[in-house]
Amino acid sequence: MTRSSDDRSFRIGTGAFAALVLLIVAGIAFELTRQSTLSITKFGLKFWTTKVWDPVSGDFGALPFIWGTLYSSILALLVATPIALGIAIFISELSPRMLRQPLAYLTELLAAIPSIVYGLWGIFVLVPIVRKVEIAMGAKPALGVGMLAAALILAVMVIPFTSSVAREILKNVPTTQREAAYALGATRWEAIKVAIGFGRTGIIGAVMLGFGRALGETMAVTMVIGNSPQISASLFKPQYTMAAVIANEFTEAADELYLHALIEIGLLLFIITVGVNLLSRLLIWSTKRRAVTTVIAPVVAEVAA
Amino acid sequence: MITLVLEPEQKAAMPQVAVPMNDDTKISVRDFDFFYGTAKVLHGISLDIPARKVTALIGPSGCGKSTFIRSINRMNDIITDARGKGTILIDGKNVYGGDTDVVELRRRVGMVFQKSNPFPKSIYDNVAYGLRIGGLRNKRQLDDIIERSLTRAALWHEVKDRLHASALALSGGQQQRLCIARALAVDPEILQMDEPASALDPIATSKIEELIYELKDNYTIVIVTHNMQQAARVSDRTAFFMLGRVVEYAETNAIFMNPREKMTEDYVTGRFG
Amino acid sequence: MTANLRRRKIYSRIFETLCALAVIVALIPLAMILFYVIKEGFGALNLDFFTKMPKPVGESGGGMANAIAGTLILIGIAAAFAVPVGCLCGIHLSEYPGTKFSSVVRFAADVLNGVPSIVVGIFAYGILVLPVKRFSAIAGGVALGLLMIPIVVRTTEELLRLVPGGLREGALALGATRGRAVFSVIVPAALPGILTGILVALARVAGETAPLLFTAFNNRFWSTSLTQPIASLTVQVFTYAISPYDDWHRQAWAGAFLLVMMILTLSILARLAVRRLERMNRS
Repeated sequence: MTRSSDDRSFRIGTGAFAALVLLIVAGIAFELTRQSTLSITKFGLKFWTTKVWDPVSGDFGALPFIWGTLYSSILALLVATPIALGIAIFISELSPRMLRQPLAYLTELLAAIPSIVYGLWGIFVLVPIVRKVEIAMGAKPALGVGMLAAALILAVMVIPFTSSVAREILKNVPTTQREAAYALGATRWEAIKVAIGFGRTGIIGAVMLGFGRALGETMAVTMVIGNSPQISASLFKPQYTMAAVIANEFTEAADELYLHALIEIGLLLFIITVGVNLLSRLLIWSTKRRAVTTVIAPVVAEVAA
Repeated sequence: MITLVLEPEQKAAMPQVAVPMNDDTKISVRDFDFFYGTAKVLHGISLDIPARKVTALIGPSGCGKSTFIRSINRMNDIITDARGKGTILIDGKNVYGGDTDVVELRRRVGMVFQKSNPFPKSIYDNVAYGLRIGGLRNKRQLDDIIERSLTRAALWHEVKDRLHASALALSGGQQQRLCIARALAVDPEILQMDEPASALDPIATSKIEELIYELKDNYTIVIVTHNMQQAARVSDRTAFFMLGRVVEYAETNAIFMNPREKMTEDYVTGRFG
Repeated sequence: MTANLRRRKIYSRIFETLCALAVIVALIPLAMILFYVIKEGFGALNLDFFTKMPKPVGESGGGMANAIAGTLILIGIAAAFAVPVGCLCGIHLSEYPGTKFSSVVRFAADVLNGVPSIVVGIFAYGILVLPVKRFSAIAGGVALGLLMIPIVVRTTEELLRLVPGGLREGALALGATRGRAVFSVIVPAALPGILTGILVALARVAGETAPLLFTAFNNRFWSTSLTQPIASLTVQVFTYAISPYDDWHRQAWAGAFLLVMMILTLSILARLAVRRLERMNRS
């Protein structure tokens, strides 16, 4: 074989596998749509605004799950974001040099714990604590499971993602910015604020990344949220999320319509999380020159160091 | 960067000079050493910097000039493992004294850096920064001070119609003048400039030099430069630094026309550096 | 000191303290989880756990031997699928970085990385379970493999790019074809890093539960068949955790302990690979 045809087959050969990745993503979108046509055609747009989820009568509406997913994720963000930013600031600006690596590692460890282990801990440790708190607060259904437990556990799971990206962003803020602030008589916190201001787009991206993570979380949530399709602003009532209902009812789905309804929920989850993730990637990339996923960054950073 | 390797006898023979000046000394330095970790980078610096004059620090790169001026406003405090030993007095008060407030010190000793570093905010917000953190909120007062600072930095006429445009849209020379305006806004007594024009083209450079000449009526200026012609043009006194020591410190004319030390003469005539 | 200055300094102190507090607050759940997993899990580990099958509902005793084997088989399948696909894709992206095609593929890998694991499970269900109307280990393994792919692609691409260009030029100058040069010189140079990426990806999917729920499903009996449903540590822990039986709860903790240990081991191996790479680079 000649040199150039060798090169060509190399290019095509590896290219085929690259194309496979492309096909997979397209395939996911396609398959999700294909497997939810029954539900799409039967319910149309009403699917997203109906509260009723009744497998027996074949009446399906996804609103409770959309509510539960958004509510739990936003609550989780409210709790997780200040903590994650605080950690990022502490590690990159305030902590003694010796502590940096260990603290960073411990934070990454939070991300390494599997969802099911969080769920297990959630059921047997967090929920009883939450129940005690609810009783003390005089809450009506003091079950322990419910939105509060779910939001708390989601918050813990989201913290390492937002924190490690925010830390990268802060690391990339040029020192001269902080120096300019100090030279003008700024206190330490004021100089930190300047750094945050410089990286604010990326930090918003980091927060969105956490949001995307929370939206798609399945096991830990389904083990502590109570799995009841009701829409309520109460933190104490059991509720339901998109991912949780799919996990719980997929294998129970007796008829095709039921299955298609569940898969249609999966389709929406797919669209929302992909959208949020892409937006976050865009925001992060515009501050940093490269888009790096939080899972890969530690590996590449260490290996490249 | 020229790395000078001296024989031990040459090092020992290097003069340690302090020129005692008595009229209006603003900054008085005595026997100041500086260490990065265990490495000693400044050796027994002693000199008096006069008020409302321009003092230039010249010498080859890496010989401690920047470290020195950063010690005066204690910017080196931010760097871990860096410490200074000795006395630096501003108006008779020890900069490293226990009752010196670093934040206040840095307001009094303004600094402009080699590469301009405006914040990614508007021109107005950049100049207002030091004032705002100092607690000034009154819009009219802010407007006044900002206009005055930008005028003093010879930038007002170029930006007065676009104060709320982004500072990053300005040219390099304009950004540097903005940084000067920003530093002036908090009303410092001393202005330190670390190679302020090294990243600029000749026209922008001459604008900065004119500016320095005008500013010295109101401010004590210390300027670090590796451009000897610039030092000769702009300064009243010049200190020649080498390997972390002050080799000679005198009136600028004396340094350039009639230097006392051979090393100074070699440097200013371009025999090295 | 003026009042304004004093106030600013107090604020600075307060916020700095809050940041330190944030670190402590985040470490509390970490400590709690590790504590409980070790306390409850380690205590429940015994020989039976590793050697016996699960007992029927309600009976105590038994173990998770099939689940342990199942998890190992599943991540084996996942790796068998994801490593070639991910590496070759990564190789293509690093060799032809500027093309439109590569940009689109890179984008797709990013998208895939953000897809929730349960959605990937639905996809695997649709293409591997539905057509044959049967849950299988393969379906589960492929679902996990799909989750691994973006990580492997990214790390392979990044690491190959870090290999000094001189190496490729040297190989090509000696008459090697592109393919030869890449596989015989460049990939070996980046191998420890690529392995690290694979280990990191494995650590991530070993702990996955959701996509397995309706692909590999579960299996009370010992099975190593690829075309039958298969037990896994994660699904087994889930099943036991939500059951009402204390004995099963104990075993769930034991399973969780084993999972955490497995993932920690993979992470440590990954770090060792990094260390080895650094040493190689230095010599």
